[in-house]
This record gives sequence, C-alpha cells and structure tokens, in this order.
Amino acid sequence: MVAVAVPRRQIPRKALIVGGIVLAWLALWLVFRNVGTLALDASELTPLHRWVNSVNDAVGASRNSNPVFLYFFNEIRLVIDEFVRFVQALIAQPSFGRPVPVIGWLGVVAIAGFVSLAVAGWRVALLSVAGFVFLGLQGLWQESMDTLSLTLAAVVIALLFGIPLGIWAGLSDRANRVMTPVLDFMQTMPTFVYLAPLTLFFLIGPASATIATLIYAAPPAIRITAHAIRSVPHNTVEASESLGATRKQTLLKVLLPSARKTIVLGVNQTIMAALSMVTIAALIDAPGLGKTVVKALQTLDVGTAFNAGLAIVVLAIVLDRVTTAATERRTLPRWALFGGLGVTGVAVYFSYTYLWAAEFPSEVEIGSSIRQGATAATEWVQDSLPVITNGFKDFVTSVLINPLQALLAESPWFLVALVIVALSFLIGGVKPAVVSAACLGVLVATGLWQDAMITLASTLVATILVMILGVVVGVWMGRSRRADRFIRPVLDAGQVMPAFVYLVPILALFSATRFTAIIAAVVFAAPVAIKIIADGIRGVSPATVEASTALGSSSWQTIVKVQLPMARRALTLAANQGLIYVLSMVVVGGLVGAGALGYDVVAGFSQGQLYGKGLAAGVAIVVLGVMLDRLTQAAAKRWTN
Amino acid sequence: MARHSVLGAVLVGALALAGCGGAKVGDSASGAAGDCGTFNLAVNPWVGYEANAAVLAYVAEKELKCKVTKKELKEEVAWQGFGTGEVDAVVENWGHDDLRKKYIDEQKTAVSAGSTGVKGQIGWYVPPWLAKEHPDVLDWNNLNKYADQFKSSESGDKGQLLDGDPSFVTNDEALVKNLNLNYKVVYGGSETALIQAFRQAEKDKKWVIGYFYSPQWLLNEIKLEKVKLPEYKAGCDADAEKVACDYPDYDLDKIVSKKFADTNGPAFQLVKNFKWTNEDQNTVAKYIAEDKMKPEDAAKKWVEANGGKVKAWLAKA
Repeated sequence: MVAVAVPRRQIPRKALIVGGIVLAWLALWLVFRNVGTLALDASELTPLHRWVNSVNDAVGASRNSNPVFLYFFNEIRLVIDEFVRFVQALIAQPSFGRPVPVIGWLGVVAIAGFVSLAVAGWRVALLSVAGFVFLGLQGLWQESMDTLSLTLAAVVIALLFGIPLGIWAGLSDRANRVMTPVLDFMQTMPTFVYLAPLTLFFLIGPASATIATLIYAAPPAIRITAHAIRSVPHNTVEASESLGATRKQTLLKVLLPSARKTIVLGVNQTIMAALSMVTIAALIDAPGLGKTVVKALQTLDVGTAFNAGLAIVVLAIVLDRVTTAATERRTLPRWALFGGLGVTGVAVYFSYTYLWAAEFPSEVEIGSSIRQGATAATEWVQDSLPVITNGFKDFVTSVLINPLQALLAESPWFLVALVIVALSFLIGGVKPAVVSAACLGVLVATGLWQDAMITLASTLVATILVMILGVVVGVWMGRSRRADRFIRPVLDAGQVMPAFVYLVPILALFSATRFTAIIAAVVFAAPVAIKIIADGIRGVSPATVEASTALGSSSWQTIVKVQLPMARRALTLAANQGLIYVLSMVVVGGLVGAGALGYDVVAGFSQGQLYGKGLAAGVAIVVLGVMLDRLTQAAAKRWTN
Repeated sequence: MARHSVLGAVLVGALALAGCGGAKVGDSASGAAGDCGTFNLAVNPWVGYEANAAVLAYVAEKELKCKVTKKELKEEVAWQGFGTGEVDAVVENWGHDDLRKKYIDEQKTAVSAGSTGVKGQIGWYVPPWLAKEHPDVLDWNNLNKYADQFKSSESGDKGQLLDGDPSFVTNDEALVKNLNLNYKVVYGGSETALIQAFRQAEKDKKWVIGYFYSPQWLLNEIKLEKVKLPEYKAGCDADAEKVACDYPDYDLDKIVSKKFADTNGPAFQLVKNFKWTNEDQNTVAKYIAEDKMKPEDAAKKWVEANGGKVKAWLAKA
C-alpha cells in the first residue's frame, strides 16, 4: 500500500511547487512590469558590439599583409577551390577548352543509375534515373549539377574529417566532452553570422560556399559516427579484446563493421544538411539552384523559385533513398554489374562526344508548366484564404504569443532568470540548474536580453504547435502504412524545400508578423517530430497493441493508454529535436516579421555597423539552444526512467 | 547464356547509336577574348541594380570583348571584395557612408567612379487607394489621427509602421520618437515582406504605411504615394538619435576597386562613363521583373533601342 502511495503523492507535490513558482512569477510580474527588462533599440549598440566591430574591421584591414592569411587560409582556399572546380568541370561547367562539361547529362544519369543499382538495388536505381531526368526536364540541368558538385564536394570533405573525429569521440569520453559543445555551436550558430567573415578569410567563390556548408553539415556525421561506435555492445568488444586483438584490430574488424549501418545514416544526414544550405550559400555567390531561388524572389516570382526548390527536393529525395538503402548489404548478380558498367561506359562516352548527349535537349521540358502551376496555385491561395488565416493569426497571437511574450520580455531579467533556474533545478537537479544559470549569464552579457526573451516566447509557441502536429500526424502515420507512404515525401519536401520559396505565400496569408515566422518554423520542424513519433509508435510491440484491442479498448483508448505512453522516448526526442529545428529557423523568421534576435542577425549581415550586434544575437541563439536542449534532455531522462 | 546476350545487345545498340550520333562536341569554335581581360562585376540583390549590371555587362562583352564575371553578392560582401581583389565594380550604391569611410577613406581599397545618373529616394509610402480616399494621410502631421487604422497584431495599441530590408539606412525609430507619432516600428525584415504587404493592402484596401524606396520595380505595378515628412536640410540627420526630418535624395553612384581604377582599362572607362536616367533603369527593370526576360536579353533590347547613349559611354574610351 505504502509503496503505491508514495509516487502518487510525490507527483502532485512537484506540480504544486511548479505551480507556486509560476503564480509567484505572475504576481511579481504585475508589480515589476517593464522594470529591468534590459531593452535595446534596433539601432542601439553596446560596448561589446562596438568592440566586435573593431575586431572585424582590423582583421579585414590586415588581410593582405597578415601571414596567417597568406600562408594558412589561402592554402586551404586553394585546395578546396581546385577540388570543387574539378568536380564542376566533370559534370557542371564548360571545361578543358570544351563548351560543355566532360560528362554530359546522359553520362551523369547513367552513372547515377549504376551507382544506385550497385548500392541500393533496382527500385532505387529506377528512382534516381527518373529523378535526374526530371531535373533536366525542369530546364535546370546545369544549375542542378552545380548544386550537386558543391554538395558532393562539401560532403566528401565533411566525411574526410567527420568520420575520424566521430570515431575518436566514440572511443574517448574526453574527446566527446570537448567536441559536443563545439558541434552544438556549429549547428545552431546562424549561418548569416559567419557568411560575411568567411568571404574575408576564403574569398568569394566555391571555397567559402563549401566551408559554409561544411560547418553546418559535418556535425551530424561526427555525432552519429560517435554514437554508432558507442552503441556497439560491450561484450562484443570484450570478446575481441580477450581474443588478443590489438586496439587497431578491434576498431577495424569489430567496431567499424558493426557500426557501419549507423554511420551510413550519418552520411545521409550530412547530405541532407548540406542540401539545406544551398540557398543561403547562394548569398555569397555559390553557383547552382540557390541562385535561381534567390534571384526569382527579388521579383517575387514564386513559380520560378518553386521550380528550383523542387529540383533541390528531388535531389534530396534521390540521395536520401540511395544512402538509406545502402545501409542494407546486397550483392548484385555479376551479369547485371557488368551489363550496367558497359551501358554506363557507353553513355559516358556518348555524353563526352556528342552534343545531344552532352546538353540536355531544351525542346522537351516541363519546367514552364511547373512554374505556371505554382504561380497559379500561389495566386489562388493568396486571393481566397487570407480571410480565414488572418482571423486564425490574430487568435493565436492574442491568446498564446502576446501573453507569453509579455510575461517573458516584460518581467525584470533577474526574475525570469530566477524562475528558469528554479524550474531547471526541479526538472533535472543541480547540473541543469548550473547550465541554465551560465546560459542566462551569457544572454545578459550579449546585451540582447529582451530580444532573446521575445524570441524564446515565439520559439516555445512554435514548439507547442510542432508537438501537436507531431503527435496527430505521427500517430496516424505510425498506425497506417498507407498514410506513411503518402505523407513521407511531403515531409521530406518540407525539410529541404528552401524556406525562401514558401515565405512569399505565407507572407500573403499572415502578413509580416511573429506568427508568420512561427509558421515557417513549424513547416521546417514538424517533419522531424512527425517522423520520430511515427517511428516510435511503430516500434511499440504489436503484441501489446493486439492485447489492448482484444481487451475491448477503442482505437482512441489504445492510442492514449498504450501506444503514446510506450513511445515516450520518441516523444521526448521529438520535442528536443523539434525545439532545435525551430531555433534554427529564427533567422528566417527575422526575414518575415519576427523581429528580435532573428532580425538582429539579418541586420548584422546587411550593415557593417550592426555586425557586432548580429554576432551577439547569433551567440544568444546558440545559448538559448544549448539551454533548452539540456533542459529537455534532463526532463526526458526523468520521465523515461 | 542470357548474360552474354544482354551484354551483346547493349553493345550492338551502342554501336548503332554511335553511327547516327549527330553533332559532335567542339564542332563550332567560340570567339576569343579581346584585350579587355576579365571584368568582375558585383551584382547586388535588387532588380534596379540588376538592370545597371546587365546593360554594363552586355556592352562590355559585345563592344569591348571583355570576359565579364558577374558575382551575386550583398553590398557588405561586395565592398569587402574590393580589398581581396575579387570585385572590380559596384554599379549602384545607395549612400552607405559607413562603407565609404571604411573602404575608401581608411583601407583605401575603393574609389568612387561617379554618378549613375539615377536618383534614389527613401521614405514612408502608402498604397494608392489610401492616398486617394484620404489625401491628408500624405502629410505626417495627420498621421496620429489615423494611428488607430494602422494598428496590427504586432503593434499593440499603436499604429504600425512597417520597415523592410535592413540593408538600407533607416532612421524610422528616431523619427517616430522625435515627431511624437503614436506608432511602433515593426521590422518586416525583408523586401519580400514589404512588397507583399503593399500588394495586399492595395488589393484588399487595407491600411498599410511602410518604409520604401524608388526606383523599385513594384512602383511600375502599384504607384505607391510618398508621405511628406519635415523637409530635409543638410546636416539635419547628423545625429542619428535626434533625426526629425525626411531622408535625403540619394545620387546613386558607382564604386570601383582602387586597382581596377589604376589599371584604367577599357572596362573601367566604360564603368566611369556609364550614366543613364531613372526612366532608362525602370525600362530595363520592367523587362526583367514583369516581362520575365533574362537580364542579358533585357539589356540587349534596351541597348539596341538606345545606341546613342551607349556610344557616348564608349566614345571617350
């Protein structure tokens, strides 16, 4: 009896304390409203921001005389530039005195098909041939190949460094501890912050674009490799060691082979991340589809932007399916291998020699219909929906965003800080409380406390919406294979379709507001949460579900009482990832009316005297990310154990 | 056996195809470049700039046989490129006193190459329907009267003044404060956000007032009306916090790298002599933005119709 009663009493007590804290906060908010909010006007700077500006200027001024630039960065730039240009010369750009690349469209399609066949099987091979031909039909062959070259180059370099680093982090706890915060930083620091300095270090050209992509795309490869090495069962390693294997032998013969499948998933994630950088890299003259998108948006030409965005989605889906299927080991019959090799060789030769196989024929195309269709669809949406959507926007803004923002951004900073530290302690104990305190300290130091609180409010609202969508759609997909097959490509598209493409219609639907920014974040973050939850629901053992049905539970009861509780781990992971993905959209939000940190970063990229402030805003976003990540992880640990 | 026949079929097919292969790569030789060399032209992300750049690139390629490399960059990055030798010319510059100070006066990597002839204006604009129905909204003195109408979900109990792309100089927060306007500056954050706001405002007769500028291609489509602010006098914007006057008119100019100017090649001469009018630029911008022509086609069309002007740019070279 007692044993049962204890946990029952404990839960309400904690809830009571939390409730008490929130009530006290509300009461103090009424008293101290708008005192000590550390507000900073849009054009105001702190001494720290000015100091960053002066450092930036000094670096720029000394660029041509500084030996670090002359002998270090220049060398790196040269190597990467040459590498990317070489790949471009092969498949994308006129090269070696020829008016066309070395391998024309027919050759590339054949190689793509053959490689897919060899590593992923017939069905995927068909998909990739169809996908690549589609790119040509869209009228975007050269742009797509430029994007592919840059992506491949960035991915190859990312893996060259990422996999060894990942193995190191997998083997050594200390390396892992040092690397984790660095990787957090690389993944959450908004690209806009380092885009301009990169061109100072590595000049305008492929090298800068590749490095910008690398910074964002390498972390998944490192993290997942480390995770893969760590998840190899202990007794396997012990068995190998007891048999007298050296460390090198254990690594090569035991660890790597058993971690192979997971490492390939890391490669997959790296490719996806690299593709999501295509449009941003275009802002520093990266060649390819991103340029088409950016240019089309100067005239709000959604049709053209969508066509190019669709090409990125097609590339992403092909590369995703190939790498995912590559996790399964398969052997091809010999005749198929040689036959494929023969066809590919002939196709490559043709595409080298004959114009019809080198340049994609421009007579057959569907690009213009796609453009017209997308334009018509956008116009219809813009003309007929705003009546409904504006009401919805105003409702969510007044019920959710405004109150939360008032509470966070209009309370004195020390009050908010105290509440967050106290909640962190209740959720996770001493360690999360210390982390939160440190993060809050950095936020104050950036001079952007109030902006950070406004961004935090929007981030929380977006995450709530992501989780609602995640549970509803995720459960649906988890319970129905058909729904899964139908929805998954849409989710893929949501993840890699450049946000710039759908910003135009959603701006029409919701105007330039914080809510618009939240919607943009939800479009990007919900797919991740949905996929994780769907996998979690499917992972619940069918026997349990059957038992529940047999006992006469309705579908609703089965979902609420059995499937969701048993997918707890997936739910917490979805919340954590959803939050991080939402944060990575803060800057895009700044482009559509979110103001606060997102706008600060955008402005810092656009105006020299705001550079320091933009950098500080970038740091604030990273710090918010680290704090929320550690908090949700601590909460998850509590809840799932 | 089956395998061999597959292979065989493939090879036979291949040979058959090769027989009727069609035109070969390299059949037609391309023209060689002249003595102009490479001309690195920055292209900043707005259509008016694109129009300048397209025409310049077209003339440089066709008349001077230069190899023109267009680099699509934001202003900051483009100016930075003067020092690193990656950019030769920026051909539509909106003021940017901070950048002038840094790159022309301090680092001495850039020099001005004179006016483009285009006049730029920055200010507060309202959609035409509003200017027509409430003409007094065009005077800042009456703005407080209408503050309630301009309210939005973002501005609370004040009127909303929508700001856009942070690339351009804005004094709007100071203006609102110093003119005692009951408005709140809301940062749309991009030109896209502004254009969408004005388009919808005109279509649905909604109240919108926002920061905008001319020349801009949207003005061909919707004739936004400028709100009169207290007149600009030289120096009235010296202290950013105390600004209470309109934005100055900008003489949009060209900036080139020091090295490019010192070399004094034909491409530099062309950039230096390049001068046209707001109407010229609007024409080319309309070709690009509304008629969806490729920049080079738009440039060709304009150059062919304006041979005299182009000749003047080349005459002194």
